[in-house]
Amino acid sequence: MSALIASDILSLLPAWVLMHAAALLVVTPLLSGPIALILSRGRLAWVWALGISAITFALSLVLYAQVLEHGSIMYVFGNWAPPVGITYNIDALNVLVLLIVAGMGLLSLINGLPSVMQEIEPKDQAPFFAAYMLCLAGLMGVAITGDAFNVFVFLEISSISTYILVAMGASKDRRALTSSFNYLILGTIGATFFVIGLGLVYMATGTLNMADITVQLRENGDSRVIRAAFAFIVIGLGLKTAMFPLHTWLPGAYSYSPTMVGTFLASTATKVAFYAMVRFIFGVFSTGEPFDGALLELVLAPMAVAAMIICSVQALYQMDLRKLLAYSSVAQLGYMLLGLSMGTAAGLSAGLLHMFNHALMKGALFMGLGIFGLCYGVRRVPDLAGLGKTMPVTAAAFTVSGLSLIGMPLTAGFVSKYYLIIAALERGWWWAVAAILASSVLAIFYVWKMVEMMYLRETPRAKSRAKKAHPKAPLLALIPLLILAMANVWFFFDASLPKGLTDAAAAALLGGGAS
Amino acid sequence: MSTGFLTPIDAFTVIDLIFMSMLVVVGIAIVRLKDLFAVVMLSGVYSLVSAAWFVSLDAVDVAFTEAAVGAGISTVLMLGAMLLTARQAAPSKPARHWVALIVVCATGAALLYATVDMPSFGDPLSAPNAYIGLEYLKRTGAETGVPNVVSAVLASYRGYDTFGETTVILTAGLGVILILGLGGPAIKRKKPAAKTKAAKADQSKILGAHHVVLRVVSKMMIPVIIIYGAYVQFHGDFGPGGGFQAGLIIASAIILYALIYGIDAAKEAVPPSLVRLGAALGVLIYGGVGVINLLLGGNFLEYNILNPTHPAHGQELGIMFVEIGVLVTVASVMLIIFYGFTSRQPDIKDKDW
Repeated sequence: MSALIASDILSLLPAWVLMHAAALLVVTPLLSGPIALILSRGRLAWVWALGISAITFALSLVLYAQVLEHGSIMYVFGNWAPPVGITYNIDALNVLVLLIVAGMGLLSLINGLPSVMQEIEPKDQAPFFAAYMLCLAGLMGVAITGDAFNVFVFLEISSISTYILVAMGASKDRRALTSSFNYLILGTIGATFFVIGLGLVYMATGTLNMADITVQLRENGDSRVIRAAFAFIVIGLGLKTAMFPLHTWLPGAYSYSPTMVGTFLASTATKVAFYAMVRFIFGVFSTGEPFDGALLELVLAPMAVAAMIICSVQALYQMDLRKLLAYSSVAQLGYMLLGLSMGTAAGLSAGLLHMFNHALMKGALFMGLGIFGLCYGVRRVPDLAGLGKTMPVTAAAFTVSGLSLIGMPLTAGFVSKYYLIIAALERGWWWAVAAILASSVLAIFYVWKMVEMMYLRETPRAKSRAKKAHPKAPLLALIPLLILAMANVWFFFDASLPKGLTDAAAAALLGGGAS
Repeated sequence: MSTGFLTPIDAFTVIDLIFMSMLVVVGIAIVRLKDLFAVVMLSGVYSLVSAAWFVSLDAVDVAFTEAAVGAGISTVLMLGAMLLTARQAAPSKPARHWVALIVVCATGAALLYATVDMPSFGDPLSAPNAYIGLEYLKRTGAETGVPNVVSAVLASYRGYDTFGETTVILTAGLGVILILGLGGPAIKRKKPAAKTKAAKADQSKILGAHHVVLRVVSKMMIPVIIIYGAYVQFHGDFGPGGGFQAGLIIASAIILYALIYGIDAAKEAVPPSLVRLGAALGVLIYGGVGVINLLLGGNFLEYNILNPTHPAHGQELGIMFVEIGVLVTVASVMLIIFYGFTSRQPDIKDKDW
């Protein structure tokens, strides 16, 4: 979408919508949550949530068009000019994350209806969708705001609703409860560290507006309070991002949660936390030396490489399919952190591009598993046997997304890994290139393990006549999967949409044009 | 920067030090005790001491909230939760978690490292006191007409954060609804009670059944507590208080009723379906004020627009309505949590008290 088309589309919309699009994007799903709770009928709540998610996605497109036209936009709550009031500041980086969250929120919701009807008790369905809408609103609230404390508030909304959503897997597998509790404890520690960091920032600068914090830091210079604040904020967000040694909550949370929740979280939650980390490291604390160099090279880069290798090996040994994908997610987060840790515009842009692509591929893979589970109760790797024949469309879409996860040419995964390698070479990090390649080889093995099972093994006889609620893949679940699988191919041929945004974002944060 | 030991120590410093040492002592006691009842009581004490300390630090609004949350409602809720579990903590094997120890020490060291550069306490030139904090003090009176600056910052200048926090509370209630449930409506009691044996056994389960003093006193107290809640709600513009504290106070009045007269009596008075509706309604009232501002042509939560001729009156009106939203959600969610816990067990037994 070029700037010209963008302005055409914008001119069609009423001025009121354009003016308040930023606020409406978060407030609409936030208010729809309590309304879904009142509706108290599962299917009705789903239809309601679907309508709201569609509006939300449309609004995120409106913001995208506005950012294309104006560069960056600001919304002032209560009309209290910053730094006294709370503002939304939206630039290319925010829009990238908002598009991911709103898009995946909509697709997971469409894909999720059959599985929710199967997994969640009827009386719990309306509150379940209410929690889902609140989670969506919370994640977008984090991704859009220009106020540091507002990040914390919306991080809490999204986190608490996530713990609830994960725990709802208990009717399927009781381990969901312990996973959720584990996530709650670690997530709360992360949030506490983050808010301690914010307290220290406020102590040193007297302001909570992100842009204003940067200005104050430049004027007041470095202090021990600021250094401690930075450490607390990075560790707190690191826990939420599932940065390598802090990732232990993730596999359980992804694999025992309800199918729809797994899909949604795998493609959004850690992305938003990663965004917040990028924003704080390169945006808020962009005052130079004490923060960038040492932290990035000596702490984040080794952690990223460790995640890429160790968690890929762990994924290789998993027989539980959703755990396999979950460990793979931690490894993929390693790629994004590696891009970030290069500290160059090219590296950051590649990391962000991988974030976008990873949402597409993991979203599709989890959706595929969800459909297999719905029809054949698939949970473990051997259960996939013969599905290439019995469910050809789903299996094909699943395989395409798997190839994208490896980073094969003709898929989106290739593009971001390619840019990541180029950026590493520019930086002279040969070891990083080696790590990317080694991790990709491991990815070939664990994806092949699934593909081989689907296409080269015979269907066990018992399965061919398994009696399930869904003998065929429900169309509602299949369409979002196909959209994502096609997106995985489309963004190989034309990555201009995400690449344009990530380049602009990296250039805005680090200065200088990314190639 | 620091004038250190050369200045004479004033009385407030001594009081602060006493409060802080009490907190440390209570904290260590909580960690070491195995009796859960004592732990719950001590955590209430911990909150009360913190609240007293906050008063001494001139943070009366925070102190009020801490007293209402920590010493009040969360003690009651923890007692409710405790009835579902054992009275004693399970003995844990002494294990050496070296990694945990290192992490805790590193965190403490980072905080100590930061203290060196911190502004000294009460320094009028420190960033939080000199910059936007001062701005709020200067502007609140003229712009919002609300004498309590804390209320103005909470509900107007940073009203969007408070909207988010109200939603956080709703989310917590949602979690209890989904994971514990609300235990359904009240079980209707038959009118000619206390005649049959079954009805008598049923009656004896209720705490207040043969505690005449408790019944009479609580019956007198409950309306007073609710009126006090209303006072805290509407006086929040002038002194410490507001929707959050008032919601807690009103919820605790209903919880007191449930404790004395039995959960079914409370559920008859305030049915779970109403509480569930209330939790959602509060957030909708708060957000609804914002939406009305939008429809009138202002920004979200721009209360000025409510009264174009007197913006400050618009502010007062807006703040009043959003505080009502906070009250409704907070009170409802506290009851959701209480109902969620108690519905897992028939009633609080007399011998447990």
